[in-house]
Amino acid sequence: MSVLVHGPVPTRSALARFRDSDLFASFKRSKLAMAAFAVTLLLFTLALLAPLISPQNPYDPAQLELINSNLPPLWNADGQSPFVLGTDDQGRDVLSAVFYGLRLSLLVGILGVVVSGLIGIGLGLIAGYFGGFVDTLIMRVADVQLTFPAILIALVVDGVAKAALGGQMDTTASIWLIVASIGLSFWVQYARTVRSSVMVEKNKDYVQAGRLIGLSSPVILVRHVLPNVLGPVFVIATINLALAIITEATLSFLGTGLPDSMPSLGTLIRTGNRFLFSGEWWIVAFPGLALAGLVLAINLLGDWLRDALNPKLQ
Amino acid sequence: MTEPVLSVRNLRVAFANRRGTLTAIDDVSFDIARGEILGVVGESGAGKSVTGSAVIGLIDPPGGIVGGEVRLQGERIDTLSPEAMRRIRGRRIGMIFQDPLTSLNPLYRVGRQLIETIRTHTDLSEKAARGRAIDLLAEVGIPAPERRIDGYPHEFSGGMRQRVVIALALAAEPELIIADEPTTALDVSVQAQIIALLKRLGTERGTAVMLVTHDMGVIAEAADRVAVMYSGRIAEIGPVRDVVTNPLHPYAKGLMGAIPTLAQETDRLAQIPGSMPRLSAIPKGCAFHPRCPSAFTRCVVERPNPIAVGAHQVACHLYDRSEASAA
Amino acid sequence: MNAPVRTRDAAYVEIEGLRRTFDVSRPWLNRMIERQPRQILRAVDGVAFTIRRGETFALVGESGSGKSTVARMVVGLLPPTGGDVRITGISMTDPRQAVERRRLRRRIQMIFQDPYASMNPRWRVRRIVAEPIRAFNLIQGEAAITGRVGELLTLVGLHPDDGAKYPHEFSGGQRQRVAIARALASEAEFLVGDEPTSALDVSVQAQILNLMRDLQDRLGLTYLFISHNLAVVRHMASRIGVMYLGRVVEIADGRALFTAPKHPYTRMLLDAVPDIGMTGRQRIPVSGEIPNPIDPPSGCAFNPRCPFAKERCRTEVPELIEGVACHAFQERRLPL
Repeated sequence: MSVLVHGPVPTRSALARFRDSDLFASFKRSKLAMAAFAVTLLLFTLALLAPLISPQNPYDPAQLELINSNLPPLWNADGQSPFVLGTDDQGRDVLSAVFYGLRLSLLVGILGVVVSGLIGIGLGLIAGYFGGFVDTLIMRVADVQLTFPAILIALVVDGVAKAALGGQMDTTASIWLIVASIGLSFWVQYARTVRSSVMVEKNKDYVQAGRLIGLSSPVILVRHVLPNVLGPVFVIATINLALAIITEATLSFLGTGLPDSMPSLGTLIRTGNRFLFSGEWWIVAFPGLALAGLVLAINLLGDWLRDALNPKLQ
Repeated sequence: MTEPVLSVRNLRVAFANRRGTLTAIDDVSFDIARGEILGVVGESGAGKSVTGSAVIGLIDPPGGIVGGEVRLQGERIDTLSPEAMRRIRGRRIGMIFQDPLTSLNPLYRVGRQLIETIRTHTDLSEKAARGRAIDLLAEVGIPAPERRIDGYPHEFSGGMRQRVVIALALAAEPELIIADEPTTALDVSVQAQIIALLKRLGTERGTAVMLVTHDMGVIAEAADRVAVMYSGRIAEIGPVRDVVTNPLHPYAKGLMGAIPTLAQETDRLAQIPGSMPRLSAIPKGCAFHPRCPSAFTRCVVERPNPIAVGAHQVACHLYDRSEASAA
Repeated sequence: MNAPVRTRDAAYVEIEGLRRTFDVSRPWLNRMIERQPRQILRAVDGVAFTIRRGETFALVGESGSGKSTVARMVVGLLPPTGGDVRITGISMTDPRQAVERRRLRRRIQMIFQDPYASMNPRWRVRRIVAEPIRAFNLIQGEAAITGRVGELLTLVGLHPDDGAKYPHEFSGGQRQRVAIARALASEAEFLVGDEPTSALDVSVQAQILNLMRDLQDRLGLTYLFISHNLAVVRHMASRIGVMYLGRVVEIADGRALFTAPKHPYTRMLLDAVPDIGMTGRQRIPVSGEIPNPIDPPSGCAFNPRCPFAKERCRTEVPELIEGVACHAFQERRLPL
């Protein structure tokens, strides 16, 4: 009796492999992760579709009418008002402002994560792979960076840029400025994680095998090392997305972030804050709830991802 | 006939995972007599380490013993509470693992650990326990024990550490020692010394030893009897010399032929095609049948039970006399 | 496959006075505070041997013997501190031969110990095996490369369709087959195996050893085989070098080494190995352990464990003469 021992096995599609993976199984087991995912997905969709589903474009002054200012939410307005969540002192629809604010907050958060990720991954790869003096230099800069709180760095970057540009900033410039501030504040964690993963991976034999066929260091780094150190980076990125959104909101709340004419959730909270004690609670409450919900959902998702990818905790 | 120190009957161990239940140990039975070294050998995934862990009650959930019994000096121990089992471990069953560092606390002097172990299991005074610890270190071949007893684990070399672990396992004068790959992490020249030490335990103290290893050479040197495991079952068990020189089970035959030896030059090693099946895909019938050169129809459908052939027990249909007479 | 011409006794690899040290000192600041000197580990200290074309030369030794360091210097993964490795006459260190060395590159490949770490886990096997072909630009066209990869997989006992799988879908033995296929993909003629079967189970080890021998017969490969397992070495090698603490203590033909070992260390080692073919034999008890390689004994490194050591052994490092580096042997003091 003979059996084909080294016979071919049909390969499965990427989707089939994902549905059979431990990650997906862990996801299906965790009610919290599913709820967090649902909320995140919902808020992302709202942000993405904001121009289509908002009753009003809050950035367009022509659509604002002062006669509609400070209207309470629908359930407090005898069912008359077209503004479900009420309006602010400019007559701006709070619901639309939240949708658009969500959009801006997420945009800034994601761009911030991408920029900090690119800086951190790049420097981490270089430090971990080449070691020696370059490593020492990069990691000492990172250490110094860590001694300053992220908000402080963002404030400094913002202040310097504002001084250099002489206050002539348009909205796009201020978005990029805040993205850069977040990028410069959050790269250290990526760099450290990537560096330690690289130091493990670079001694593995598949990297040596690459050297044996004469591949250059950049090729080995990008082709072989990078894909194998990205796992933990995704976890950090998810958790950092929440942090970046909070940082942006804080900066906007402090008045150094996005301008009133193009409000993010943080700006909305800052402007709405003034009306809290005069009774118009809805102007600050709904942006605040949206921010809290978004950050909480992303954080829970990040925590679950970290646990699910770390077999030691299971 | 005197009672065996350890008696395992029809032991079954299973692990539950999200895809179902995996049977790691299936219907395993063996005895170890006083002063005897039983070698348990097998390739990775054969279930040899799980067998050792099951005997000492160290199978963690989601795994567990789902059938059979384990008796120490005739007394059932697989049904004991975790607390009662913890008292048996260390006192009546000693343990030696592959990496001596996992058994030694790096922050304690080795003497401290030895004395503590001795005093938990006996009512000796601190001073008497220290004397006994020095005796134990001397017995396992550590030079200048009265000085070395105050050293920290990192001050010992790999071989010396494993000796300390053996001394620790002996501290409560256990009836049984389970040694899981005790020589695997050591250099060849040190391996020989540890093997000699294990053999001396049997002859001088009458300790029964269950020696779990993948290294047939170590078994051949150290053990009195050997159990060859495959896919969670014992394929063959018998006196070590017989099994090495005259294996009966086709897997044992293949295994012995596959091991290169120093004794003679072989042009080509015997080759068993394929590799051991994963726990999730153990074939029906005899688990070895897809790789077996002598498999026949019955092997595909019916699981063979151990059959006594001379001093061996073989789980193989080839040796079933009722089959032979029927044919 | 254009098999190279097999000329007997032609030195394919020549290694002379090979040395490698590692700086294992604590960081500079710690050294200054604790007033400790630099610590230099001499991993390989003056190793010399030659490998003939088409033969299997084995280096055997226990941990800290420096055998893997030699392997890494031979393939060029690690620059030597001193000495030279010449392969087909081309120096692996001489900067003037850089161009020739690049051309030699693809002729030399390595098979690593851990089949779980030697392949990029995110690549399909097809891409892993094809990487050397692409890197050296050996074959043009996707279809031709796929065909060649299929050929290579068949050569090592796998199925061409296995190329679509990821490394984790294979067992350890199958992965080692893939590793061999990758090594052969660049048309290598010299393979260095660094403990290629130590991570495998014995029945799978037999498959891989048999495969390596078959490939050698078919393709005329030259092997440098690194192992701590004497029985495996006996099975594979035509000549063997025994290493102890960074030096070669004995070089001999396979049969001679196992039937009439000369160096006291070789004798001790052969006596110590647990072996299924030699149960119940009388053995001389082995004493001592390998010293710390950072602070090796003076003179002959084996002298503290050697029953034949005399004053000269404690002061003077023995030269390798007639294949044995031992004062007692040269002074005819060893019992036969």
